[in-house]
Amino acid sequence: MTSSTEPVISIKGLRKSFGDLHVLRGVDLEVNRGENVAVLGRSGTGKSVLIKLMVGLLKPDAGSILVLGQDVQTLQGKELDLFRQKVGFSFQSSALYDSMSIRENLEFPLVRNVRNLSRGEIDKAVEEALDDVGLSQTINQMPSELSGGQRKRIGIARTLILKPDIMLYDEPTAGLDPITSIEINNLINEVRERFGATSIIITHDLTCAKTTGDRVAMLLDGKFERVGTFEDVFADPDERIQQFYNYKFVN
Amino acid sequence: MQSDTTKPTDRVSDRPVVTRRLDRFLLGLADVSSFIGRFFREALLPPYEFKEIVRQCYEVGFRSLLLISTTGFITGIVFTNQSRPSLSEFGATSWLPSLIAIAIVRALGPLVTALIAAGKVGSSIGAELGSMNVTEQIDAMEVSGTDPFKFLVVTRVLATSFTIPLLTMYTIFVGLIGAYINVNQNEQTSFTSFMQEVFGAITYLDIFASVLKSIVFGFTIGMVGCYKGYHSSKGTEGVGKAANSAVVTSMFLVFIEELLSLQIVGAIRGS
Repeated sequence: MTSSTEPVISIKGLRKSFGDLHVLRGVDLEVNRGENVAVLGRSGTGKSVLIKLMVGLLKPDAGSILVLGQDVQTLQGKELDLFRQKVGFSFQSSALYDSMSIRENLEFPLVRNVRNLSRGEIDKAVEEALDDVGLSQTINQMPSELSGGQRKRIGIARTLILKPDIMLYDEPTAGLDPITSIEINNLINEVRERFGATSIIITHDLTCAKTTGDRVAMLLDGKFERVGTFEDVFADPDERIQQFYNYKFVN
Repeated sequence: MQSDTTKPTDRVSDRPVVTRRLDRFLLGLADVSSFIGRFFREALLPPYEFKEIVRQCYEVGFRSLLLISTTGFITGIVFTNQSRPSLSEFGATSWLPSLIAIAIVRALGPLVTALIAAGKVGSSIGAELGSMNVTEQIDAMEVSGTDPFKFLVVTRVLATSFTIPLLTMYTIFVGLIGAYINVNQNEQTSFTSFMQEVFGAITYLDIFASVLKSIVFGFTIGMVGCYKGYHSSKGTEGVGKAANSAVVTSMFLVFIEELLSLQIVGAIRGS
């Protein structure tokens, strides 16, 4: 699927500090409909903070965030809830509810946001979402019984159940073996193909960035210093970028 | 929202130790007040999480029954046994049922139940919410369009406020049964005369005060557990601290409230 030139995410002059720690120092980014953008950067550079700001989990100090034409900072109450239904958030830790089964985890956002659904419709939606991530057999299991990769997939399925327009992935391949990482990368691409979702993928995994991102945005010193295709960004002789790229060959 | 879960101490800037501690205390107090205020606001506004409240009542109440039964029963027996020598010195062992009834209904029943609940329920709430905070489950709930405060905090505090008074009544009943068995074995008092003595000694004010006190204890235990868990620092250490702090703080507050209720009920009785 190709992306359009209509921007669905528009971030301008975004700043965020925690005390004396200035994490984001004027971030600008535009993401077009149907596009996958991989955000790369060292740990602690504010990659996760960026997507948490985009769903209103954190408040920015300055700057604007327009997502699907809505100014996230001005949204409150029901408006914010409705907005969040259109934005799927896959957490680094998967964030599955430990006390609920996989079925209950998937039902949770559905029954609370879409009223008057029959039991049959809920079951169908849960089965479809599990089928999309290839884990139908886990429906009655508890999150503690699943592997890391399975938990990631279920986390993605839980967000897909509301059929979001935008998907935000926070370190989708962190802590996973290479084979499972490839499966997750393929799943991210599949989500774009099947649902037409626009995605931002936060990662420091170069394979993930290259496989899933139409464009790569490199977060350096609190700003997107380089944005472009994977090849363009890593063709830059900047030492910080080359260090990132050459890591796998060191020693 | 994540910014709401920041510990008040994190917001204290670098200052001299004394002012920093005062700042921390006042900020903490403001944070607790705002947490309690938010509870009442969200508890009154729809949507209501009835299903989750019922589930939490089951978790708090039914799962504590065995522990409460054992503790209440033993308390009844031990208190009766320990009180007998003092009364027998004055030849007043016939007053034993009245003494036990007053002690169990007015103080021991509510206090024992609250302390057991603080240990079992308070720690469990603190640890559960703390671990949900650490593993981003609270954030996940928020981004899925569900108010985590309403779903996690309001339901648990309502459940403890409703269930702990019921458990207190049950502890009183079981404690009196334990006391009766001991009295029956030693003084050969019949069940009917034991109960006559018991109900002759207690008043409606005693029962009303016990129930009211237990509601306050339940509210405190639920609120402290939720506050500590919701504001736990990140990491597994934060979860442990949240659970531990929930127990210690709620037990301390229960004793303070017991002392206050003693003064209030004493003043009402005296007037």
